[in-house]
Amino acid sequence: MKPPSTLHTNAPAPLAAALVAAAVAIVGLLVVVPLAAVFCEAFAAGPAAWWRALAHDPDTRHAIWLTLAVAPVAVAINTVFGVAAAWLVARFRFPGRSLLISLFDVPFSVSPVVAGLALVLIFGRQGLLGPTLAWLHWKVIFSWPGLVLATTFVTLPLVVRELIPVMESLGPEEEMAAVSLGAGGWQVFWRVTLPNIRWALLHGIVLANARAMGEFGAVYVVSGHIAGATDTMPLRVEKLFQEYRTPASMAVASVLAGLALVTLVAKFVIERRLEAEFRDREAAFAENTAVDLRTPGASA
Amino acid sequence: MSIRVTGISKSFGSFRALDGVSLEVPQGTLLALLGPSGSGKTTLLRIIAGLESADAGQIEEDGTDITDLHARQREVGFVFQHYALFRHMSVFENVAFGLRVRNADRREIEEKVCALLRLVRLEGLGGRKPAQLSGGQRQRVALARALAIRPKILLLDEPFGALDAKVRVELRQWLRRLHDEIGMTSIFVTHDQEEAFELADEVVVMNHGRIEQRGTPDDVFEHPATPFVMDFLGNVNVFHGRVENGRAFWHGIPIEYPDYPHAQARDARVYLRPHELDIRRAGAADRASGRSLPASVLRITRSGAVSRIACRPAGSDSELHVDLPAEAARELALQPGEQVTITPRRVRVFLPDPEYVI
Repeated sequence: MKPPSTLHTNAPAPLAAALVAAAVAIVGLLVVVPLAAVFCEAFAAGPAAWWRALAHDPDTRHAIWLTLAVAPVAVAINTVFGVAAAWLVARFRFPGRSLLISLFDVPFSVSPVVAGLALVLIFGRQGLLGPTLAWLHWKVIFSWPGLVLATTFVTLPLVVRELIPVMESLGPEEEMAAVSLGAGGWQVFWRVTLPNIRWALLHGIVLANARAMGEFGAVYVVSGHIAGATDTMPLRVEKLFQEYRTPASMAVASVLAGLALVTLVAKFVIERRLEAEFRDREAAFAENTAVDLRTPGASA
Repeated sequence: MSIRVTGISKSFGSFRALDGVSLEVPQGTLLALLGPSGSGKTTLLRIIAGLESADAGQIEEDGTDITDLHARQREVGFVFQHYALFRHMSVFENVAFGLRVRNADRREIEEKVCALLRLVRLEGLGGRKPAQLSGGQRQRVALARALAIRPKILLLDEPFGALDAKVRVELRQWLRRLHDEIGMTSIFVTHDQEEAFELADEVVVMNHGRIEQRGTPDDVFEHPATPFVMDFLGNVNVFHGRVENGRAFWHGIPIEYPDYPHAQARDARVYLRPHELDIRRAGAADRASGRSLPASVLRITRSGAVSRIACRPAGSDSELHVDLPAEAARELALQPGEQVTITPRRVRVFLPDPEYVI
């Protein structure tokens, strides 16, 4: 493999400079400046006004609380589902396996608004399960279970997608070794599988959480945006903005953006750990193959 | 603990990995499963360990049927080909794993693990992670981990496959001594005949999911039961010949073959090991005997203590290899192009088996 430095040294200096300038300009114009503008607007009247806008409006308080409650529930569901699904797909070969893997990606390709509408069609009062839910006195649409469902749907691929390649590259041998040493299913999971996938899992959780907190489209449809009841932070930002209460809107937006920045830092730290583990694995693999060359057929 | 395997079959899709394998391993034996890749040896080992389930057949331990017993309950020590050490655990924790999942007492774990690390000569390395160990050290951790649960049987999958030549030979001798000390029934899988012959009490040669031959290393080497075994156990000269009336003919040289007394001639394969051939400079006396083959020397190559002489039998365009100790070859001092006579000390004849394809 070529060392990446050759690429750096071979690029003509003016061209490289131009490309770097273009990249910085685009990222600055599209990402940094708007984000900074949000914070500037939010704090334009001083921190006290910012705090008042957030804490003294009961509907805003509720929206923040609701987002901080719905997102973890959706992420928890996706974590359990993601680990189970990734294990199934990585460890077993069965008919329809590739189809299943493709289905994991559906929430990425379907517009969130369509996803929200689909949920209304199934769980709404006129929906498929409407009568049953009414009989049970369960309210899904225009209530928090609907928010959880919509958020879970849009974040579904994030954890599974993160885990499948990691579990496949780990292989089943360590788990088999644990079983032959007398470990039961849960012991294998807690002592062997989970420690090996922990950074990838955390990465998936952080991504899913970021997406869950920021979700707008699907939640917009199923929530009915009832202030103080089903409004989440993104919905609250939009509503305040539509009501010409820009400073309050910006204050909530700054909280949302702040959470995103925390996520970004967490993601950065986790990615460094993941990279380090990947390097270890590559090194171990290289060592094995290097030795195998001396003993033909050993890899069989 | 003795093991008896009866009529084990296993298929992966359309691939038949094991085809009605039966095998008995007496208590205390060190047995080698020898065969090329895809011969089913690893699958058989995994089925004995319970890591894979057989489609048909039965496994017994000391006469008790364990076919349906879960791997967790079989108390089998298994050493994986690439060791499968728990990469996030220290060496100590790796060895302690089997005891921890049994909720063993802290002190007992401490004592046992230390004793095992001493046994595999890794005392002082308990705190290291597997990634910080050499291949040979990892191998010994894997062994200590398997021994920690006091297994009734020890199964090793290509135990030395991923090690370099020198470490391999050392570990081999060490494992043999260890086996003699513990006296546990052990089965190991290998594709390396040298390894199988040096280490094992008994060798089972496998091919295409079946057992071709089973016996002591000497037995298998001296009396290969099938052409496959003959072929697999090292380089061999193979020629087409003919059998009739209890005799086989190879380049006109008759070879006793009482297994085929029929008058109707049949094609046969003639196998000659390079070190079981005598070679001499051609002289007038040889032709009369009718037991020697005239040939011309093509080239002479030397590898280690053995010189290999490639010859072409007269009136043929095939090649015949003769192995001589380097010393003898030097004395003989043959040159390419010289005429020689070759006398086989030992010839093996096999009638072609329709299922056997070279």
